[in-house]
Amino acid sequence: MKRSIAVFIVFAIAIALVPLGGNNFFVQQATFVAMYCTLALSWNLIGGYAGYPSFATAAFVGLGAYAGALLQNAGIPMVFAWAGATLVTGVFAALLGFGLLRMKGHYFAVGSISIVEVLRLIASSWSSLTGGGEGLNLPILAGGPEFAGRLYLFAMLSMMVIAFGMTVWVDRGRLGFGLRCIEQNEDAADMVGINVTRYKTMGFTLSALCCGTVGAISASWVAYIAPTDAFSILMTLKVPVMVLLGGPGTILGPVIGATGFVLLEQTVWAQFLDYNQAALGIVIVLLIFFLPGGLLGLTRRTSRIPATAAHPVSQEPPAATGHPAAVETVTQAQSSKGVHA
Amino acid sequence: MNTPLLQVAGLTKRFGGIAAVNNVSFDLQAGRIVGLIGPNGAGKTTLVNLITGVHQASSGSLRFNGEDVSGQRPFESALRGLSRTFQIVQPFPKMSVLDNVAAGALYAGRSPSLHQARDEAMEHLEFVGLRALANRPAASLTLPSRKRLELAKSLAMRPKLLLLDEVNAGLNSAEIVAAIELIRAIAARGITVLLIEHLMKVVFSLCDDLLVLHHGELIARGEPQTVANDPTVIEAYLGSKYAQRMAG
Amino acid sequence: MEFLQVIVNGLTLGALYACLAVGFSLVWGVLNVINMLHGSLIILGGYLTVYAWQHWQVHPLVALLPVAGLLFLLGWVVQMTMINRLVRQPVLTTLTVTFGLDLILYNAMNVVFDATPRRVTLDLGTLSLGDVVLPWDRVIAFALALGLTLALYAVMRTSKMGRAIVAVRMDRDAAELLGIRIDRVYAMTFAIGAGLAGACGALMALVFPITTNISGLILGKAFVVCVIGGLGTVPGALVGGLALGLIESFGGNWFGPQNAVLIGFGLMLILLMTRPTGLLGRKGYE
Repeated sequence: MKRSIAVFIVFAIAIALVPLGGNNFFVQQATFVAMYCTLALSWNLIGGYAGYPSFATAAFVGLGAYAGALLQNAGIPMVFAWAGATLVTGVFAALLGFGLLRMKGHYFAVGSISIVEVLRLIASSWSSLTGGGEGLNLPILAGGPEFAGRLYLFAMLSMMVIAFGMTVWVDRGRLGFGLRCIEQNEDAADMVGINVTRYKTMGFTLSALCCGTVGAISASWVAYIAPTDAFSILMTLKVPVMVLLGGPGTILGPVIGATGFVLLEQTVWAQFLDYNQAALGIVIVLLIFFLPGGLLGLTRRTSRIPATAAHPVSQEPPAATGHPAAVETVTQAQSSKGVHA
Repeated sequence: MNTPLLQVAGLTKRFGGIAAVNNVSFDLQAGRIVGLIGPNGAGKTTLVNLITGVHQASSGSLRFNGEDVSGQRPFESALRGLSRTFQIVQPFPKMSVLDNVAAGALYAGRSPSLHQARDEAMEHLEFVGLRALANRPAASLTLPSRKRLELAKSLAMRPKLLLLDEVNAGLNSAEIVAAIELIRAIAARGITVLLIEHLMKVVFSLCDDLLVLHHGELIARGEPQTVANDPTVIEAYLGSKYAQRMAG
Repeated sequence: MEFLQVIVNGLTLGALYACLAVGFSLVWGVLNVINMLHGSLIILGGYLTVYAWQHWQVHPLVALLPVAGLLFLLGWVVQMTMINRLVRQPVLTTLTVTFGLDLILYNAMNVVFDATPRRVTLDLGTLSLGDVVLPWDRVIAFALALGLTLALYAVMRTSKMGRAIVAVRMDRDAAELLGIRIDRVYAMTFAIGAGLAGACGALMALVFPITTNISGLILGKAFVVCVIGGLGTVPGALVGGLALGLIESFGGNWFGPQNAVLIGFGLMLILLMTRPTGLLGRKGYE
């Protein structure tokens, strides 16, 4: 744990130093990296620790973007607009969680993607509020592009640090332990005294907060939002992949995965403009088939939760006959030193 | 006389048209080891599920420690001091044995911190004899060890009432003898135990009191010897012809 | 709009939706895999049909079978090489991989064909029954969609493979113990799903413009149909499809066409929270 925190601090400092290089492109890249790290760390809370495969990330980001935009356009200063957007997203997630978290597995996944679609459709049709398909413009930050670039970098960097802090707090405490129990055996977790509904909702809400802020910050950064970009299915799919790449249920995994993914995206397949989607698809497929433990799994450190793909769990198929949760034998060699981290 | 620890009154659970538990009433005094026996399908596990909040009763009432607990959810029952083991053990497979028990201590056991929960867990593991396996993943344990893990976990929950559901299923004779000793030691700590059992030797050596369920109804209650000679009980287990033969 | 017209519109659309979703539903129900490729497979079927029409003057109804066959083979190959490995994996994995595959297919189609909307326009005139007006191409598409779905139902009920598929859906392990070759069943199911998707695409091309841009929309409809009607059964897809068609038709009529899709999704979400197994649910065995 301490090692992971140290690595993260070094990483954050590295990002903070990028503007010194004086290259605006790198500043922008660093901002993307920080942004996706934040999203990945957030997703990890519900998807990694609790094991609920959420595809709702884009819903929270988009909602935060629109909330932030509307607040800013109403005259509220930018940073307060971001805070307001975060609050809106948090409340939305808490309420949504109440209904959505009753579902498991496939149904939860489908439900969460639908939220993205539903919000996108609402944003598209509620033109009086959201500008519909035309989108919304936001006030551009005064001070010139270089200043703006650095400001948004620090905004995203701060979010990344906050998200990391949240992760460490969750990981160390009762909430994280409880979410892990829930992930492995929800009924047993209930029996052991965990208020499963409350814990899941907390995890879900926490996972939404930073996404909302990121959305609001992005909106200010680009100074324009439209339904399809704000509620991007591509984003909502990329984020879990990033965490899978880095190692779900760990504190550093999402950061490693997101950074690796973003850099890969920028260097390798941005080159193939016409094929970049296919390239993304190929990467995803190769990733899942050949790297099921995530990058962290490679180094054989004990991930707190081995990545889901490494240990096929017989999932209850829709025609389940009510067998108790199958207890699978752990095949990956578990070094026991990690237990008392 | 003190308030009974558990007061069950008119408890009924219907699934569709069938009453799995039908109008069951009894009181449990603290400090005893009570057996719950009955033929297969009698409703024993359903009764335990009702008591711990896994199912909600169709009618009737449940009082624990004088408090009305009808409609409680499983985690609430755990927090109140009702702990149970499962017939088919339900560990957290990827966590270590220690952490499995620590989970019990941390939540239902109200341990103030994870660190402390783990310390307590170690003690419980020592008690059940699993200390050596503390750092192994729970999924790698053999069946008897898993049963002991279940036991350790439920003890870590600091129960007032411990419901053991067929804790001896799948164990050989030597293991059963060890289990009996363990249960006695648990009761000696002041924990009231309700034991669902099929094995008569366990029931006879441990229990001061027996509840007999048949087709969801409570057909007999009392000391083991008395119950064993009760014609209704004999009929339930062995059929009416045998009962008639025994009667005369 | 005339009440009867709304109903008829809903039913014709619904039959198409049923046909669209049945393959998806089968794969989900039997393999427990959410096939994100499904929408793109339908578009591929449509594109191929239009291509055959435009370049070789092959009538779409003639092209239907070969296109379905081609996609059947494609489905078989994809399943044997990749999907098979995913079958017992958690949702996150299967969804992400099939999505990755979808990205590849989607991009490939855009590169080979491009995203211009296209359809086969057969000027067949319209059918008028009383106050109800139906373009003939719609009628044909509806009839064929329904026919294909019912044909599938018949195949599932009567053929050995069909019975095997149902068995695997009900209880995979028991089926395996009975000697059923699970990997064959999986491959067949997935291939059937792909083949039907292709056929559906061909039928859609008769009725409205097809473009890769709507593959996500179509997939969304498949989801909704599955949730409404229940997973893994043909009757479920039929009920769900018809229901969705009617809902969209009435919803569009009362709240405006742009909100029709939203209503469908909204209903799906409510159902997911209350009765996820759908109208026919798990009891909808064939």
